[in-house]
Amino acid sequence: MPERAEKNSDLKLPPEILDLLAGNDELELEDVEMIVEELQFIYQPGVMPALQRMVAARAKPTSLLDAPFALPVQKYPSQIVEVTLGATKSQGGSRGTTVTIGGEKSPAFYTFENPTINSPVVSLDVFDSKVPIPKAVKTNFNDAIEDPVSWAKYAVDKFGAQMITLHLVSIDPLNPKPSTPAEAAKTVEDVLQAVDVPLVVGGCGDPQKDLAVFEKVTAAAEGERLLISTVTLDMDIEKSAKLIKQYGHVALAFSPMDLNQARELNRRLLEFLPKEQIIMDTTTAALGYGLDYAYTIMERARLAGLMGDPELQQPMSSGTTNAWAAREAWQTMDPQWGDKGLRGPLWETVTGLTLLLAGVDLFMMLHPAAVKTLRNTVKRLTEKPGSVDLSQLANWVSTKF
Amino acid sequence: MSGKENKGGMKQLSPIDVYTLLPKTNCKECGEDNCMAFATKVVNREVNIDMCPPLLTKANEKNYKKLKEMLKPAVKEVTVGVGERAVKIGGKLVMYRHEFTYNNPTAIAIDVTDEMSDNEVLARVKYTQDFTYTYIGYNLQLQMIAVRSTSNDAEKFKATVKKVAENTILPIVLCSFDPAIIESGLMAIPKANPLIYAANKDNWKEMAELALMYKCPLAVSAPNDISLLKSMVKTLNQYGIENLVLDPGTFTRTGLVDTINNFTMIRRAACNLGDELLGFPTIGTPIAAWAETNNSETVNAWTEAHVASMLVTRFVDVLIMHGTEGWALLPLTVLRQNIYTDPRKPVAVKAGLRTFGTPDENSPVFMTSNFALTYYTVAQDIESSGIASYLIVVDSEGTAIDSGVAGRKLTAETVADAIKESGLEDKVKHRKLIIPGKASRISGEIEELSNWEVLVGPRDSSGIPKFVQDKWK
Ligand code: SF4
Repeated sequence: MPERAEKNSDLKLPPEILDLLAGNDELELEDVEMIVEELQFIYQPGVMPALQRMVAARAKPTSLLDAPFALPVQKYPSQIVEVTLGATKSQGGSRGTTVTIGGEKSPAFYTFENPTINSPVVSLDVFDSKVPIPKAVKTNFNDAIEDPVSWAKYAVDKFGAQMITLHLVSIDPLNPKPSTPAEAAKTVEDVLQAVDVPLVVGGCGDPQKDLAVFEKVTAAAEGERLLISTVTLDMDIEKSAKLIKQYGHVALAFSPMDLNQARELNRRLLEFLPKEQIIMDTTTAALGYGLDYAYTIMERARLAGLMGDPELQQPMSSGTTNAWAAREAWQTMDPQWGDKGLRGPLWETVTGLTLLLAGVDLFMMLHPAAVKTLRNTVKRLTEKPGSVDLSQLANWVSTKF
Repeated sequence: MSGKENKGGMKQLSPIDVYTLLPKTNCKECGEDNCMAFATKVVNREVNIDMCPPLLTKANEKNYKKLKEMLKPAVKEVTVGVGERAVKIGGKLVMYRHEFTYNNPTAIAIDVTDEMSDNEVLARVKYTQDFTYTYIGYNLQLQMIAVRSTSNDAEKFKATVKKVAENTILPIVLCSFDPAIIESGLMAIPKANPLIYAANKDNWKEMAELALMYKCPLAVSAPNDISLLKSMVKTLNQYGIENLVLDPGTFTRTGLVDTINNFTMIRRAACNLGDELLGFPTIGTPIAAWAETNNSETVNAWTEAHVASMLVTRFVDVLIMHGTEGWALLPLTVLRQNIYTDPRKPVAVKAGLRTFGTPDENSPVFMTSNFALTYYTVAQDIESSGIASYLIVVDSEGTAIDSGVAGRKLTAETVADAIKESGLEDKVKHRKLIIPGKASRISGEIEELSNWEVLVGPRDSSGIPKFVQDKWK
């Protein structure tokens, strides 16, 4: 405490003013002294803040004032469940690698608080029959997309896919000649033969047909720890869950952008399945076509899970490929909006990155450039904070480019 | 979040807190039935307390001030520029968008330099000012011009700033760490309220003097050092500068982890821990992507755009960018619009019958959902096709076609009911309904329930003209 202030102890100056009086040689002392004199007459609570501001405004500091910063960390009572997909030989399957997601202790990439426990993973889409696929995507796979086996191989060999999502769209009863559950199971076996990464197996969205197919698939791929996509509230949940448990797989619990439905579905699955065998998907809408809802639902689910809601503690998956439902992603537009060969994959990238920051752990994606950017970003976001070399900082302010 | 986390945040405020400080006379001058109704609207930020005339009188001055303080946003609102395209930044009340709508969408500035040719500068300024994309009734735009000094020549900088100001009403960001350069820029536009970029630990005194003299907002740069940032804010506040913008540095490649952490920590400290020194708008500079490597322009624009998108999601209030490619700016501006919509309102339009042109008893009948985006897209496509027709907008609780069908919000029952309610059975002779390709799953059920024949239309409404030409007889 400066001497002068202590003598004036009956004046009860706020500490900011004391600092000023004490340390600064360049103070405009006349002004300050005048105010200090006035203070003795007019000081009363409530007038102080205004005066304080006046003093501050006139007394320009000459060196930086201290303002300590404490990391704004928070404690969360709960942790997101850890789920492993794929099983190696010794684990009862035939995969060369497995993938583990979830386990997070903080919101996504709050690494000032806790490190990321398991990096989010991208699974590449493969379809078992012809679906409308944007040109921008097709050109990257050449002829490989003609059949699911070569497509899956190409995705792994050429693009280093950590996982493959095999969409069994051919089973759709709306098709002129839908494939049978046995045929679908055969495709799954063929793909399992061709690649040794973990597999997601997706149905067509028809609850009855999907269940019939899952019945065959889960048995044919016993022990592989497939992710079965998807189990919904309008399916026979008990039957689905029991199949998944019996043959050692994982359920993807899908709900349509509604936290209560997501809770209910998890609750019902948890009656039959251990929590390590459930991943949830609260629906991904494309950028520009409802991404705001998808984002907020996922962010809320993750925060609620960390704050202790036991029904929202499952890791999250996103069908990021839905980004291509936005016409801006695939349409030829006025030249002002540039090359759709870039616009499309960036559309998918932005959709994915937004959900990455909401807490998604598993991405199902289509375009190799979007996949690569997402994976690179995950890599950067899981680096150790504070390792950037400030002396190497690029100066964008005065550099010509 | 726990109660403590919300100190200074929104949740603490209840209508009662506001009500106690109102005049409580129920005089209705504000247009509400009583003070409690007014208080509720104030808490929901639907009305400003200035709408209560008695509160503005001398007798209520103290309570007015208390209310002002109580309702102060966690992040200060700062204005850049003047006139009709002046931009407000910050003003955020909350950290997460589900807590309350975000105010003031992230402002995007495009750069020019004092070494670009006049033509290039003017072309970039015009591009930025004219940029617009119509999306569900909103015009997506760019907001500012950032003038950078790459010449390090004060006169050149001044001339460029002058040229920019003569050709645009957009707010300007003056970019240099050299106070002499900034001063010459300010002399060119002394009354334009530009944002000065930026004070740092070496130049802050001179920059502070300039900000005071020209009464304009000042960005504070402390790369990856929030302690330094805070200490500069405290010092500059003390200096008398109240309109600050925080720059913890943007690293677009290595160091991205710190960038995301820094913007997150700043916003949490401001919104949830009541840290007033960090309660200022933030500025992100994805433009750094262009200075960091020798990559191709496409790679730089790609990096800049996707990093910018992450900053929009992680709370940033201003972005400085270099790329002007439509493929990069379109997804970014659409994302910004998405993040800044009111999360409490479902984006739905009124269900019911719409007509296009003057349809007759043989005109086609389309069906769609009442999700605003779907509706506007379909309506726009039908309108531009010039096909006289009817469109039944089904109440799908504001969900899109595919998610509505998957979530059983768009069902054969709702469609059949909508047909009945539309009264179309008296208006058209045929019984043929064209449904979106994405609703094909329920086509059979619709036929059963409505006794209308269902034609499954294109998956995207841009295919409607061709579909009608080929299939409608
Ligand atoms: S004007 Fe003010 S005092 Fe009158 S009813 Fe409205 S809130 Fe109450």
